[in-house]
Amino acid sequence: MSDTSTESRDAESVIYHVSNLKVQFKLKRPNLFTPHPILHAVDGVSFEIQRGKTLGLVGESGCGKSTTGLALLGLVEPSQGELLFNGIDVRSISRQDMIPMRRKMQVVFQDPYSSLNPRQTAGEIVMDPLIIHNVGTQSERQARVAELFKMVGLRPSQQELYPHQFSGGQRQRICIARALALNPEFIVCDEPVSALDVAIQAQILNLLCRLQDELNLTYLFISHDLAVIQHVCDEIAVMYLGCIVEKTNRANLFRSPRHPYTRALLSAVLQNKNRQINRIKLEGDIPNPINKPSGCRFRTRCQYAQKICSEVEPALEEKSTGHWEACHFDTASPQQETA
Amino acid sequence: MIGPMKQDNPPNSAKQQTPQGNTALKVDNLSVVFDVKGKPVTILSDITFSVERGETLGIIGESGCGKSMTALALMRMIPSPPGRIAGGEVNLNSENLLEVTKKRMSAVRGKEISMIFQEPMTSLNPVYTVGNQLVETIRRHKTVSATEAQEEAVELLRIVQIPAPEKRIKEYPHQLSGGMRQRIMIAMALVCNPKVLIADEPTTALDVTVQAQIFDLLKDIQQKNGTSIILITHDFGAVSEMADRVLVMYAGFKIEEGTLDEIRNHAAHPYTQGLLRSMPELSTDHDAFRTPLPEIPGSVPDLINRQPGCPFGPRCPSATAKCHEMPPMVDLGANRSVMCWLAVEEGAA
Repeated sequence: MSDTSTESRDAESVIYHVSNLKVQFKLKRPNLFTPHPILHAVDGVSFEIQRGKTLGLVGESGCGKSTTGLALLGLVEPSQGELLFNGIDVRSISRQDMIPMRRKMQVVFQDPYSSLNPRQTAGEIVMDPLIIHNVGTQSERQARVAELFKMVGLRPSQQELYPHQFSGGQRQRICIARALALNPEFIVCDEPVSALDVAIQAQILNLLCRLQDELNLTYLFISHDLAVIQHVCDEIAVMYLGCIVEKTNRANLFRSPRHPYTRALLSAVLQNKNRQINRIKLEGDIPNPINKPSGCRFRTRCQYAQKICSEVEPALEEKSTGHWEACHFDTASPQQETA
Repeated sequence: MIGPMKQDNPPNSAKQQTPQGNTALKVDNLSVVFDVKGKPVTILSDITFSVERGETLGIIGESGCGKSMTALALMRMIPSPPGRIAGGEVNLNSENLLEVTKKRMSAVRGKEISMIFQEPMTSLNPVYTVGNQLVETIRRHKTVSATEAQEEAVELLRIVQIPAPEKRIKEYPHQLSGGMRQRIMIAMALVCNPKVLIADEPTTALDVTVQAQIFDLLKDIQQKNGTSIILITHDFGAVSEMADRVLVMYAGFKIEEGTLDEIRNHAAHPYTQGLLRSMPELSTDHDAFRTPLPEIPGSVPDLINRQPGCPFGPRCPSATAKCHEMPPMVDLGANRSVMCWLAVEEGAA
């Protein structure tokens, strides 16, 4: 695996181009005479996803990573930004034209308990996308479902069973089979292993990796777990309160993380082998995305915060080759002095 | 601090079985049975362990292995019916908690042994303020006036490091973040300075940075008060962070016990070994990217239709014909044991 930063980024290799994506939710106004409060869930996010690769979005809950995933699938309406899937602007095309596009992009959700219809059998669930998109005859569909079951490691005889008869890991396999039914190019994996037991997580991660190699899939992998992200992602974007604060390839991020938030996040990961001694402690919680702090949004929890941080919002800049960071300072290198 | 720390057990007790008086809690052969459609199903089988004063015992296992049920059984909070404690002893302060009256038990709960649950939102009452709920707990266990209790509640919130406690105490649970709510739960559990604190997945619902804060808080409290903590989790990272000793559970059995180092580096049971290997971990080895994680095939057995023999047998890579029989608990030293035929053979060889 070579560093992707040096690879050419021509249009062919980019499957999804996202620039300045903003998603805002209008909330209920507290009384008739005040304007609707606006929740800036995603606040100006830009990235590219390379074909056949995995982009990881990592961050704490409420940072906008899932909303970004939904916006890419056209499941929430962005308020601003450009979304180019295979060079086609998915925001400008009609609903009718969006339907064939949906065949190319699929999703696997976090909770396999709530994302399967309890009244349908596993076979019916996996066949549904084929029926909706009118693919093949009945017998072809059945053959395809059997093939999909085998692909994700379920027995074709299990088609007759209902979701409650499966374990969590098997249910997630059904979700993956359903996502694969239409031969997609791009799959959003929204915390696909967070709800599973540790021993089962490994099975699902291995399955996702194997399927990616076999079918040349592209993943947007959303997770809060840096260990999982490190295991599967080529490129990683760290999100905080609706913005990307650091974006680089896997090796850079884990070898030389730059942003104070990334470093705090990394040091907060619990390790099996040894106890972290010099943990970077973050005070408090994520601020409210309705009234976010002025200037840099991380400044309220940042140990390096200065006056400028409350006044000017730092832009995401390329600090070294292929390593983007949104911070006014270079806090990574003089770490020993300040600590 | 709230009240002086309780001194050691009275040594004149007849029931005290441990030679060292430093044991805070001793559990012997604890079994729990649930009646499912008229058929008894064993959820916990002969769980035996002890917790020393000021020590953290981690209980690790997959969902459904009985780790939360162990905690509930210790508190005598098993939903009954259908559940019942079928046998065993839970010795705290030289009294067997499974034999004391209901009234005595509710005095013990919260005072001597208390519990923090996984989901702080569902364990707090949404229609009362945080202060209200704390004051209720304080007045339940102590004879103090409402104003004194109020002051104590503010002090407790300060101990669990909630900023502006005077203001927060008037707020409702929904106004607080997840981390704050968990701190409130911890404050509530600390009211009587209990000897044993059971933390059932205390950080699973929280973000990683907040998780680190909560662990630091628990360690802090333990150091100050000498509390014994039983940490129940599915995350070996959490165990590694907090625990001194570890108990591994599988399908209602204790399958291995040892110190953190023994479990982490010299796990004897194939399940423990598999569990540790299958966890993705932050590594400095950047070439390890996407190398398939060693997985444990299959899933947890069905407790209702239990097969005879070792519960892990069907998934075990080193299973032999002998594994169709139940393996014995093999003692490998002080507080070190494993339930596996492999250990029996090793011991014989």
